[in-house]
Amino acid sequence: MLTLNVNGQVVTIEASSDVSLLWVLREHLGLTGTKYGCGAGMCGACTVHIDGVANFACQIMAADAANTTITTIEGLSEDGTHPLQLAWIEEQTPQCGYCQSGQIMRAAALIADNPKPTREEIIDGMSANICRCGSYPRIVRAIERAVKEDHHG
Amino acid sequence: MRKLPEAYTKKSFSVPPTATSATQHSDNERSAHQRKINQIHESAIKHVQGKAQYVDDLPNTVNTLHVATGKATHANAKIVSLNLEKVWQAEGVVDVIVQGDIPGSADVSPVFSGDVLLAGQTTQFVGQPIFAVAATSYTAAQKAVRLAEIEYEQQTPLLRIQEALAQQDFVLPTQSFHRGDVIKTINEAKFSLSGELTIRGQEHFYLEGQISLAQPTEDGGIHVISSSQHPTEVQKLVASVLGVPIHKVQAEVRRMGGGFGGKESQAATLACMAAVFAQRLQQPIKYRMSRQDDMEQTGKRHDFWNQYTTAFTAQGEILAADIKLAGMCGCTADLSDGIVDRAMFHADNAYYLPQARITGYRCRTDTVSNTAFRGFGGPQGMLSTEAMLDDIARAVNLDPLDIRKQNVYRKDKDETPYGQKIEESVLLPLIEQLENTSQYRQRREEIHEFNRNNRWQKRGLALTPVKFGISFTSKHLNQAGALIHVYTDGSIHLNHGGTEMGQGLYTKIKQVVAKEFGVDSDRIMVSAARTDKVPNTSPTAASAGTDLNGMAAIDAVNKIKQNLFTFAEHYYKVERERIFIHDDIVHVGDQVFAFAEFIKLAYMQRVSLSANGFYRTPKIGFDRSTGKGRPFYYFANGAACSEVIVDTMTGEYKITRVDILHDVGESINPAVDIGQIEGGFIQGMGWLTTEELLWDSQGKLMSNSPANYKIPTVGDLPEDFNVNLYQAKNHEQNVYSSKAVGEPPLMLAISVWCALRDACASVADYKISPPLAAPATTEAVYHCMQAASQYQQSQTAQSGQRT
Repeated sequence: MLTLNVNGQVVTIEASSDVSLLWVLREHLGLTGTKYGCGAGMCGACTVHIDGVANFACQIMAADAANTTITTIEGLSEDGTHPLQLAWIEEQTPQCGYCQSGQIMRAAALIADNPKPTREEIIDGMSANICRCGSYPRIVRAIERAVKEDHHG
Repeated sequence: MRKLPEAYTKKSFSVPPTATSATQHSDNERSAHQRKINQIHESAIKHVQGKAQYVDDLPNTVNTLHVATGKATHANAKIVSLNLEKVWQAEGVVDVIVQGDIPGSADVSPVFSGDVLLAGQTTQFVGQPIFAVAATSYTAAQKAVRLAEIEYEQQTPLLRIQEALAQQDFVLPTQSFHRGDVIKTINEAKFSLSGELTIRGQEHFYLEGQISLAQPTEDGGIHVISSSQHPTEVQKLVASVLGVPIHKVQAEVRRMGGGFGGKESQAATLACMAAVFAQRLQQPIKYRMSRQDDMEQTGKRHDFWNQYTTAFTAQGEILAADIKLAGMCGCTADLSDGIVDRAMFHADNAYYLPQARITGYRCRTDTVSNTAFRGFGGPQGMLSTEAMLDDIARAVNLDPLDIRKQNVYRKDKDETPYGQKIEESVLLPLIEQLENTSQYRQRREEIHEFNRNNRWQKRGLALTPVKFGISFTSKHLNQAGALIHVYTDGSIHLNHGGTEMGQGLYTKIKQVVAKEFGVDSDRIMVSAARTDKVPNTSPTAASAGTDLNGMAAIDAVNKIKQNLFTFAEHYYKVERERIFIHDDIVHVGDQVFAFAEFIKLAYMQRVSLSANGFYRTPKIGFDRSTGKGRPFYYFANGAACSEVIVDTMTGEYKITRVDILHDVGESINPAVDIGQIEGGFIQGMGWLTTEELLWDSQGKLMSNSPANYKIPTVGDLPEDFNVNLYQAKNHEQNVYSSKAVGEPPLMLAISVWCALRDACASVADYKISPPLAAPATTEAVYHCMQAASQYQQSQTAQSGQRT
């Protein structure tokens, strides 16, 4: 038995000790917004927040995530109105969309930590997440927009 | 938390800063128009909330089993013995199959033959599936396949293009087309040069790997949900491996997490494998490849080894070119015939070759069968010719841009080597516009100055064009179907044969249907491609998705409108000319109706509110026996100007600025199109810079994970990246005068490769074109720099001896 705090809810599941958080989220909890990309912590499609820090869910054993606060894309905002989600739509960032949950989660941790990142800091902070469609120019712009609009709004 | 603004729920958005519009309206009209044409991706809201479902996200039923395959560890080896006892006994294993267990055909080739679902007596490549397991969990399946005991009798694998050429080992016959007496002209010319270029392949690395989910149906058939660009082929091959008629299989594709060509033919094998188990066991089967399996077991962009000899004038005008293109097809034909054909059709790129001989070899190697990848051979055909243009420029001591402009297609120099005329004058004006907006000449001077004054860093610049033919070169594929239903509340269901892989096809077709109907696009619901809705579809490929499916959808809309207008004409006794739909309002003479109201009325009067549409591309046809014809309906054009800075001691480099001007005709959705251009360029940049496929001496892929295969990240973006649309309509009748956009921008990245070579050439004072590998990795640039440097030293030594 494993107890996790995911998106503000405490859930208890039966999962073997060698299963990663990614598969617990996807298969036990049905939170499929977090994606499998490479299984090696090198693409970022599985990025979630653990105690507010962006992490690769595929590289963390679910058991090790007990006693932490886990946030997935489904829990980033109640109704999809996190400034990054709005900016992402406004900049028309996603193409195939597959990596974008991870990108947004990475960006959300970045701006939570550094509310006014420079362009260099954005690029540096986002480098762990791959987008094969090449939506990078719009990822950068969406983060810049979110930072700007959140600041003014 | 803020509320979702009205604008988001209505799905109309302001224009992103990069989008440019081709229209000339007042500001108010323009912003309304731009909101409409820059409609957001139909799945955008789902994408940013993690709610867009890919195949692996669909709910699993309790009894779903998972597949993994046992992989060959040797290429071209005889399987002497295969002991699967321990595999059968492994925890969670429910079923194990080998080739003999396939009820129908084991051959899953898309066009020719030789691609087998599971290996038979001999392995074709390292990683080839020999047997497959269905188990209660993905992990159990993965663990079980490692327990097989397989003995091989090893034979030397053939791994290189040059070896295949020497042994005349081809998957398909060599093709060529020519114009004029090329050899004579070259032999007699005052100026000529030769070159060769090895061009490496590229791993697709779609973020969503290959996957299929198969469920048995009550009639002994299969419903398969696949991440595929070609549902009809999935359907056909599943039927073939099961030995059932095609009508017993339904294939469905809602969306892919990227395809890029990698899911055109090779997605079908996963569907087939899942279907074989589903039929045997009568339960749902999911087959998701691990990333490593995906990289080892599915084909890539073809390596090419290209050779060229060209004759030219003292001013650099090309007189003749003899170009040989040898593609590494891997162990079978797959789609290689069309791919090498397209390389041949693009060996001229944007340049008039008065005399030309272009030959394409389809080399067989004991490696995974290479397949479609954005550009489909076109990029490889173009790259060596762009290298050739640079070589000519260095030989006659002129700026490469001058050589390119001098040789670019223009009036009276407008016929391709295969006989198709270039009917529109886009290339030269487009190049000249970019030359101005990118300040090419001024920057060239600055770079000369910089390079003269800096020993350890050199800057390079290149402006290269792209001319890309639009149409499948297999004529029969240039057809499409669509299915549209209007329901009694005025809502519209849209289906067509195209698949959505991120290119915005569904968004564009939705816009097209809204525009053609005259209704608000919110009325329209797009739906998954399904072979039982629109049959016999072509793959979503060749950049032709919007062209083909858009025209088919327009046909379907017009059939329904025809029904509605005929009804209105008779019911209200109004002349046809006075009946139309605009902005969601149906106008019948002086009467107006809300769309939904009119639809309800039409239904009550028994009017058909559903139609299928069909389209076939006109004018096209190519005769292989003569090597002449019109393979393409039209060409999409573009140009890019890239600047780089290189460290002469290490070969490390940065891409400092890229300016792109690209021709999408009259854009249906500038935001989507510019996204395709940005993304295509970045993907092409990866192919030509950091993405290096490496194989060991036995044919095992060494670059089999993101740890050892580097695709571009956000940090690889050009520091200054400007993308604009060239303002021109498609001169051919196409969806609202637009042009295809999927593949052509990838080849804009050739400018980066040429700029890197330009930087290296500066070390030799531009007197030679030093050899540069593709991809131009840091090491490759270092070697190129060294070659230029050694040339320069030898010149200095010689001039020293002379004095």
